[in-house]
Amino acid sequence: MQSFLENWGITAMVFAPLVGALIMMLIPEREEGTHKLIALVSTVVAGGLGALLMLDFDYAKAGEMQFGRDMRWIEIINARYAVGLDGMSLPLVALTLFVVPLVIIYSWDHIPSPGNAKAFLMLILVLHTGMIGTFVARDLVLFFVFFEVVLLPMYFMIGVWGGEKRLYASIKFFLFTLFGSAFMLVAFLALYNLTGGESFNIERLAELVQSEGLSTRTQVLLFGGMFLGFGIKVPMFPFHTWLPDAHTQAPTQGSVILAAVLLKLGTYGFIRIAIPILPEGAVEWAPWIGLLAVIGIIYGALGCLAQTDMKRLIAFSSVAHMGYVMLGIATLTDFGINAAIFGMVAHGLITGLLFFLAGSIKERYHTLEIKRLGGLLVQAPKMGWVLGITTMASLGLPGLAGFWGEFPAILASYNPAPGLNQTVFRVYMVVAAIGTVLAAAYLLWLLQRTAFGTPSEEFIDDPEITDMQWNEWVAWVPMLIMVIVLGFLPGLLFDISNDKVSALGEIFQALGN
Amino acid sequence: MSTSFLLAQVNDAASAPFERPDINWHAVAPELVLLAWGAFVTIVDLIGLERTRRFIPSLTGIGFLLAMIPILTLWDAHAGDATGLAAVGDTFIVDRYALVLKGLFLISAYVIVLLSTNYMAEGDYYDSEYYQLIAASVLGMLVMASARDFITLFIALELVSIPAYLMAAWRKRDLKSNEAGLKYMLMGVFASAILLYGMSLLYGVTGGRTDFAGVAEGLADQGTTPVITMGVLFTIIGFAFKVSAVPFHTWAPDTYEGAPTPLTAFLAVASKTAGFVGLISLIVFGIGVQGAIVRPFLWILAALTMTIGNLIAMRQTNIVRMLAYSGIAQAGYMLAPLAVINQGSDPALVRESIVNYLVIYAAMNLGAFAVVIVAARKTRSGEIESFGGMFRYAPGLTALMTVFLFSLTGIPPMGGWLAKFQIFKALIEAGTTAGIALALIAAVNSVIAAFYYLSVAKNMWFMPAPDGDNSPIVIPPALVAALAITVIVTMVTGVTGIAPDLTDFGALAAN
Repeated sequence: MQSFLENWGITAMVFAPLVGALIMMLIPEREEGTHKLIALVSTVVAGGLGALLMLDFDYAKAGEMQFGRDMRWIEIINARYAVGLDGMSLPLVALTLFVVPLVIIYSWDHIPSPGNAKAFLMLILVLHTGMIGTFVARDLVLFFVFFEVVLLPMYFMIGVWGGEKRLYASIKFFLFTLFGSAFMLVAFLALYNLTGGESFNIERLAELVQSEGLSTRTQVLLFGGMFLGFGIKVPMFPFHTWLPDAHTQAPTQGSVILAAVLLKLGTYGFIRIAIPILPEGAVEWAPWIGLLAVIGIIYGALGCLAQTDMKRLIAFSSVAHMGYVMLGIATLTDFGINAAIFGMVAHGLITGLLFFLAGSIKERYHTLEIKRLGGLLVQAPKMGWVLGITTMASLGLPGLAGFWGEFPAILASYNPAPGLNQTVFRVYMVVAAIGTVLAAAYLLWLLQRTAFGTPSEEFIDDPEITDMQWNEWVAWVPMLIMVIVLGFLPGLLFDISNDKVSALGEIFQALGN
Repeated sequence: MSTSFLLAQVNDAASAPFERPDINWHAVAPELVLLAWGAFVTIVDLIGLERTRRFIPSLTGIGFLLAMIPILTLWDAHAGDATGLAAVGDTFIVDRYALVLKGLFLISAYVIVLLSTNYMAEGDYYDSEYYQLIAASVLGMLVMASARDFITLFIALELVSIPAYLMAAWRKRDLKSNEAGLKYMLMGVFASAILLYGMSLLYGVTGGRTDFAGVAEGLADQGTTPVITMGVLFTIIGFAFKVSAVPFHTWAPDTYEGAPTPLTAFLAVASKTAGFVGLISLIVFGIGVQGAIVRPFLWILAALTMTIGNLIAMRQTNIVRMLAYSGIAQAGYMLAPLAVINQGSDPALVRESIVNYLVIYAAMNLGAFAVVIVAARKTRSGEIESFGGMFRYAPGLTALMTVFLFSLTGIPPMGGWLAKFQIFKALIEAGTTAGIALALIAAVNSVIAAFYYLSVAKNMWFMPAPDGDNSPIVIPPALVAALAITVIVTMVTGVTGIAPDLTDFGALAAN
């Protein structure tokens, strides 16, 4: 058992959902209950395997790859099946394994129109495999394959089960992301070629770049290609325009997965691939990434203030929150990158929860127009409270998870890595701090308009407006608990990521001196 | 003077008794099997007439599979060889590269027979003759894969093309089909003339050599003169017509639309592959030594082909025309590695990347055509809009088409991504600005292509059926087999990356 876990645990965890999807393929569509059960079981199996791996994980050596496998895969292009888990990927794998089963539980009686639970759940399972695969991949080609695999299910999810403008939103999502990844692929191949065509292994490439002495100019160019791939996925200003459309049009489950996990593929790409492999390129790019990050913070916040639709508002708040994550990364310090990893997890939980709430509100009120809503605390008090706590978490209230993503990221930009212009980053710090004030403004405004006050005339006697149902309890409470636990015990996460991140931070300390 | 020179040649030929070159019978067995079986099928048809008509497709298919046997034995018997087998002197070489392609031609032809079976039987066509012509054309393709000599190459090309001219006009009561055949033939003959002219120029400047090795030798010694430039460009242009590279592509959309759909699949896949094989052999073994001419010309050709093919494909409303233009764009990707031939990257790898692309392209494109044929049996339409609602009434078919479309787009884990990946790899390995620039152009193009491939997927998944008819589709067994073969190849190549290794037992060493 132990050796199975050591050798095959990760692979089993990655592909368990896919196996579930393949089994579902053989079962006719009308057996909806069976499909839901298989979907749940396969994600729970993946989650269980993940939990076993995390129990077995040696936290004293969180900076090293554990449970690694490195096998032959596509020899003609020298690509290998190399996977592993370390302190940087573990929090994100955990997040994915945690959120997806909850999404499936939520789907139990929330299959969006036009139905077809079989296809819907199969797509979620494929998505699941793609997402975990991206986080555990140690080979650039394998990473690329998993990174792209998530495109398809999300495209269909938005296109088939989405809102009115789903066609536009789905194709926009697809083309934007594909555009970025095409350039990313060219950068990967150029990197492979410039380092002597020896390996696609991420750690090995980082060594090779140093030993081959790639010039700063080359590194800047390569980083640029990767920046397009990862930056569009994050999404960073000015590539963010696909996000509000995709989020608004996607079905609730799609929005939750998109916010909770998919966006993190981009930020993860930066800290796993672009920055460690191309440190000198990263130093050149960091001020610009920081600039785009703070523009994103302010722009996202202003965008939020201008929204009349609750879901669109949450989508813009994602742009702002991912701005903090990217600002943390741009400082190139261990402090900032730790904050970024925390921010990814916190944003995943909080914004995922907000999208769940938006979906449930939409289901009850048949609208998300903020000015028509109101009095949620009167009509559905428990849901109103959940919304209250979540918005507080989202605006970064200390004691809840959101705080530990934002505050350290801002703090880190006071003192960026040596080699970066301190004045510039201190300006960023001030702007980002202003962003938190704006965040408080739009989130409190949202809470006030939707939850407080009295219900509007048109909904006052609507029998459809009920309080939380069983599957909403089951799906939301674990997320809420995690938000609170991480808020009080941020060390749980920082301790895992810190070893790996400080090794990364040291590169830049050394580079600057 | 020239007359006396010719007379001297004739006298020489007359005085020396004809000597048959050594023939390695095992090496030419695939061609012989197909030839014999083709003759057998013709005789069966002549004797049996109407009574045997319905067996002809199966018999033809069996012939293609029988010809696979010597290919497998050859592969097995010569797995470790360092060079290819000289089957008929040096003009006909059997190496791994040739064997892989012959296998590809035979399997593609088998799938095309599967695609044609119901289509031909249900329409008012001369169907037995159709299959015999297919077999003749495939015989030409088999020869093409081994041709290492101008004359062999030319004969192979004509043997591939002439039956196809006839078949393009097979729906003879349809004006569009007549147009298809006529256009295809005129353009084809024109291209052959240009090719021949180019060959004759090269024959002249290389001191009367027709074999590729000799041409390469002759060209390597000399610099670049106007005559050589013309010879090289004309030979490439001759094949550019065949592979429908822009600006020599104008025949393709009309021919594809007018021809019977299975034959369109044949033209878009098998016939185009044959053109590519000729072009690769010609450049890699022969005129590639004149890189200063070949590279820039192919660079422009590749960039134009992928970009213009894609831009026009975006505007198509008919699925067959869309596939025609998308096939033009795909040809652009396949031409691209030739634009960095003999420059930084290993020519064997350049060749391998194109051959692998051809294999995967055949699977995914034939698959897409199979779905189009299946769908047209119900909708009686070739419009992309007619695919609406398929996700409701034919989810399995929709999933298959999605696999093929995304494979054509180049999304992992379907085979197309690996094909594109290798093209990018070959381009970047050259290490030149031109190579990287072309890779970037290809990258942008693959995003443009996603747009129109997705528009088909969009209709199938997101739109309601245009006529509101949601009755399920019945798929005949032959088409089920075709779909199964193509989807398996598409997925297996993409997930496992299995691809024939062409680097050893290649004739490059013999060159």
